[in-house]
Amino acid sequence: MIRLEHVSKVFADGTEAVKDLSLEISEGEFCVFLGPSGCGKTTSLRMINRLIPITRGKILIQGIDTQQRNVNELRRDIGYAIQNIGLFPHLTVAQNIGTVPMLKHWPREKRRARARELLDLVGMPPDTFIDRYPSELSGGQQQRVGVARCLGADPPILLMDEPFGAIDPITRTKLQGEFLKIQERLQKTIAFVTHDIDEAIKMGDTIALMKDGELVQYADPATLLAEPKTRFVRDFVGADRVLKGLRLLRARDVMKDPKHILRIDESVSHAVEALDTRRRQWLPAVDDAGRFRGWVEREDLESSETLEDALTPAVTTASPRTPLNEALSMMLASATGAVAVLDDDDKLLGLLSFGAIRDVLSADDESDQE
Amino acid sequence: MRHWVVPAILLLALLGLTVWMTRLETVGIYRMPSLSEVMIASFEHLQLVLAAEGLAILIGVPIGFIVSRRAFRWIGTPLMAAVNVGQTIPTLALLAIASLAIGSGFQAAVVGLFIYALLPIVRNTFAGIRSVDPAVKEAAQGMGMSRWQVTSRVELPLARPVIVAGVRTSTVVNVGTAAVAGMIGGVGLGSLITTGLAVNVVQMVLQGAAPAAALAIALDAILGQVERWLTPRGLRKSAPRTSKRALRRAAMADGL
Repeated sequence: MIRLEHVSKVFADGTEAVKDLSLEISEGEFCVFLGPSGCGKTTSLRMINRLIPITRGKILIQGIDTQQRNVNELRRDIGYAIQNIGLFPHLTVAQNIGTVPMLKHWPREKRRARARELLDLVGMPPDTFIDRYPSELSGGQQQRVGVARCLGADPPILLMDEPFGAIDPITRTKLQGEFLKIQERLQKTIAFVTHDIDEAIKMGDTIALMKDGELVQYADPATLLAEPKTRFVRDFVGADRVLKGLRLLRARDVMKDPKHILRIDESVSHAVEALDTRRRQWLPAVDDAGRFRGWVEREDLESSETLEDALTPAVTTASPRTPLNEALSMMLASATGAVAVLDDDDKLLGLLSFGAIRDVLSADDESDQE
Repeated sequence: MRHWVVPAILLLALLGLTVWMTRLETVGIYRMPSLSEVMIASFEHLQLVLAAEGLAILIGVPIGFIVSRRAFRWIGTPLMAAVNVGQTIPTLALLAIASLAIGSGFQAAVVGLFIYALLPIVRNTFAGIRSVDPAVKEAAQGMGMSRWQVTSRVELPLARPVIVAGVRTSTVVNVGTAAVAGMIGGVGLGSLITTGLAVNVVQMVLQGAAPAAALAIALDAILGQVERWLTPRGLRKSAPRTSKRALRRAAMADGL
């Protein structure tokens, strides 16, 4: 969809901002350009819509060399959103969103209908906001309009330069999530610039990590975290990269089958025997329909008549889709140090323990040694 | 509407003063100019200001615009410095030089005033266009606006209030400067003031000065209104989305 072939940029003062960059972003892919400031990520992005001319190499979009196209028409087919948003202060929200449609000579009614549709999409009630001016919007609302505007003429490609950079962390997280949902529906091909590793992991299908104008590693987030190619990549993703990697795994990927499950209507002596033979301090208990009831601890059984009396209900339980970083927090809060993974009907599917997570982490360490 | 009150009172006072001086008919042995003579002089004065101002807008706005372009930025800063120094040349000296070069009269006065009017207009156009947020321009360009579209749809509308403010300032200042020009060229209200000074009759000086001041106040009010009209709604400090009356009506509809 977007292909960069040996692209280089040398500025007039001699700085080589981008060196021989080659990569391909396939259709519907969310590609994040990541790196420290000055690494050439923004320059790369701006060469795609020719805001910065290419020194060497070429960029193809849908197989067509961007140099062959009229520059303004090229840009009208590519959505563009920047950190400082750059909303036109003298135009209303509707006019801002309708900028590219206007440049493409859409009739007025169609532009307005499109603006309403996009405001809905970015979660702003059109009746309230369509005729407002940018100065009458909050920072978060302006960012939303910025996103809506880059979708104005429904371009297949979006270029976004830290579009959520200038807002508070809470609004930012919210907008990221909302934008991911929008992307799930629209399946645009996206080139997205950020310096924030967490944002990159959260948003990207692939991450192009750059340093000093060179592409250091181009991989999906899990690979980048688990198999950093160079020391720089490892340092950049951070010492807590293992923890970050947990976010990419789900409970169902690492849960283990319980060694033994107690039935709530079993006799106490039976349960004591089961615990002792397995040298366990606790075991999960289910009812006759297989629904998880809680934990039975060895010492509670001493003074109990039935298992029901000795039962400790679980504070939290995980679903198969729970990300591992959340599951880890649950474990820390749980008295038994384990978390039960339940399906939607509360049936016990498996258990998560520190041991299981340690296995995942040590698998990572081994790959580090290579 | 309150901003009208003070200028309106001043305007009436100045016009009253003018008529009163005319009514004196004679002061000592001197005959005071009649009302129609004062009106003709005022009209000449206005012509002088408007001619100079029109020329200055026609030439100053394009100059200010051109030097704000990236290709001419290197000219921009030194030119603005030169423009600022130019403004410090004493009015009288500049006008004297103009009349020496062109000969005294209406034309020399217009040329002198034009140079004075030019400076604030060039400066404000330059400043107005450069003050447009680079992010806004980048967004416009990145969305596929041609150079001309970026200028006509983004830069000029956003710079317009600043440009008009420059025109307003230079116009008001020039009403005063035109009085000096009149002293040399013998046109407009300046000639009344010169005569009054020559024969040492304060009333006659006032008869020239009061209508000149009135003219300045009136032009300032008119251009102020033009400035408000030409400021895009989204840029107005208090962009009232709905009038108070509409709000009241809405409140009543809510069942208050």
